[in-house]
Amino acid sequence: METLLNDFSPGLFAVSTILLLALIALMVKFAWKPILNSLEERESGIENALAAAENARKEMQNLQADNEKLVKEARAERDAMMKEARDIRDKMISEAKEDAKEVTAALIEKAQASIVQEKQAALAEIKKNVAELSIGIAESVIKKELSNKKDQLELVEDILKEVTLN
Amino acid sequence: MKVAQKTIKFLLIAAITLFTTVNFASESDKKQDNQNDGGRVNTKTEVEDYILHHIKDSHDFSLFSYTSNGERKHVGFPLPVILWTSEGLVTFMSSEFHHNDDGHVIVEKKGLKFAKVHSKIYELDKGVSSINFDEDHHPTNAHKVLDFSITKSVVGILLIGFLLLFWFSRLAKQYKTKQIPTGFARVLEPLVLYVRDEIARPNIGEKHYRKFTGYLLTVFFFIWVLNLAGLTPLGFNVTGQLAVTACLAIFTLIIYSVSGTKGYWMHMLWMPGVPVLIRPVLAIIELAGALLIKPFSLLVRLFANISAGHIVVMSLIAIMFTLKESLGVVGATGLSFVLSFFILLIEVLVAFLQAYIFTMLSALFIGMAVEDHAEAH
Repeated sequence: METLLNDFSPGLFAVSTILLLALIALMVKFAWKPILNSLEERESGIENALAAAENARKEMQNLQADNEKLVKEARAERDAMMKEARDIRDKMISEAKEDAKEVTAALIEKAQASIVQEKQAALAEIKKNVAELSIGIAESVIKKELSNKKDQLELVEDILKEVTLN
Repeated sequence: MKVAQKTIKFLLIAAITLFTTVNFASESDKKQDNQNDGGRVNTKTEVEDYILHHIKDSHDFSLFSYTSNGERKHVGFPLPVILWTSEGLVTFMSSEFHHNDDGHVIVEKKGLKFAKVHSKIYELDKGVSSINFDEDHHPTNAHKVLDFSITKSVVGILLIGFLLLFWFSRLAKQYKTKQIPTGFARVLEPLVLYVRDEIARPNIGEKHYRKFTGYLLTVFFFIWVLNLAGLTPLGFNVTGQLAVTACLAIFTLIIYSVSGTKGYWMHMLWMPGVPVLIRPVLAIIELAGALLIKPFSLLVRLFANISAGHIVVMSLIAIMFTLKESLGVVGATGLSFVLSFFILLIEVLVAFLQAYIFTMLSALFIGMAVEDHAEAH
């Protein structure tokens, strides 16, 4: 302890006090103040930048969600339109089919009616022809009878045979 | 261009080193030492003396000494001696003592006689021509003078002070042009952040730490760099000088005493919540703690750690001489090298640790003084 106190130099104490005071003052003025200020500025800058980035990210998310919603809506609208179109098409086709069916039915009816008419007309003509034929036969029979009785009879018989065959 | 600048810088430094070496190498101790070996340091007591001499402050900056032709030569710088004596201010160069440290060389200035004994300068009493010692080797016919010399420690403080100013003002300047510093300043920035975020902020508190960070940063880097400089062959022992550590401790004491809140002083002088009779006793204990024990622990811890480190490293280096007989030259050198290498590594850690502890405790004491005592105890 005694040597310690003996070693203590008041002069060095005074000199180092002055030097240290000067050093602290100079360091604070020229180094620590600007350094700490810049560091704090930088830190708050980084914080702000991070917050801004977070905000931007959120906004982006919102935008994306909006976009998705819009796309969904558009898709739904398109689907609805497609469905409507399909319905209309189906309806048109079925209507057309119905119409066609009606038209064909009418046509067939008409055709059948005309066939019946034609048939009757043909039958009438056949009847007319038969009558004429029979008149002709009768005429020729009569003519033949007038020449050969036997032949006439045979002829009548043949004709009659033919007629019954018909 | 940059390379050219660096080369010039290097050449300048080399030239200065060479110049000083040549200049002061010629300066030698004229007075022959008592021993015949020309003042070589190789016995146990000589080593002890050498180590004790080293950890003291010195009036000249000697880098190393050697013996040629039986004459002790010292390589280094003389430093100015500035004394406040009975006749006022006296200045001369330390080279006038011719490296004598036992009071045999008397320097006469302004009609006063001065002698240097164990790194202390004494003014001889009137009419005395040589110094006398008592059995404890204290001078009997001379008295100490106020010594404001630029000693080796003062040179160390100045050197490191300028170095710190240079480094950190450059770091400060870099922030003007860029957000992230480059080069050496990039190494300094995390250290500054470390002191601010790990020492100042948690110990003092978010509210007050800004005011004290400048002081803590200065003290931290001052102690750390000086500790490290003490491990170099330059042989500074600034942070191992009681005067310097006392000065630092008293700064801390003044800061936390001046910035102490009303609550802090109230708790110290008139502790609430204890019986009135005990309060004065507590006040004495608390006052002693705050004004004596805290700064004393700060100054002694730093001084003792650094001095002990220097003594241990030098003792281990001295193994080379002291164990030469028993281990042989190679064995002693090898052992000395291995041991001192590892201790030196530990000392590098201690250099940081002591700077950290001093700064940290200063911050803690300041924090205790400025915290709000509003909460009930």
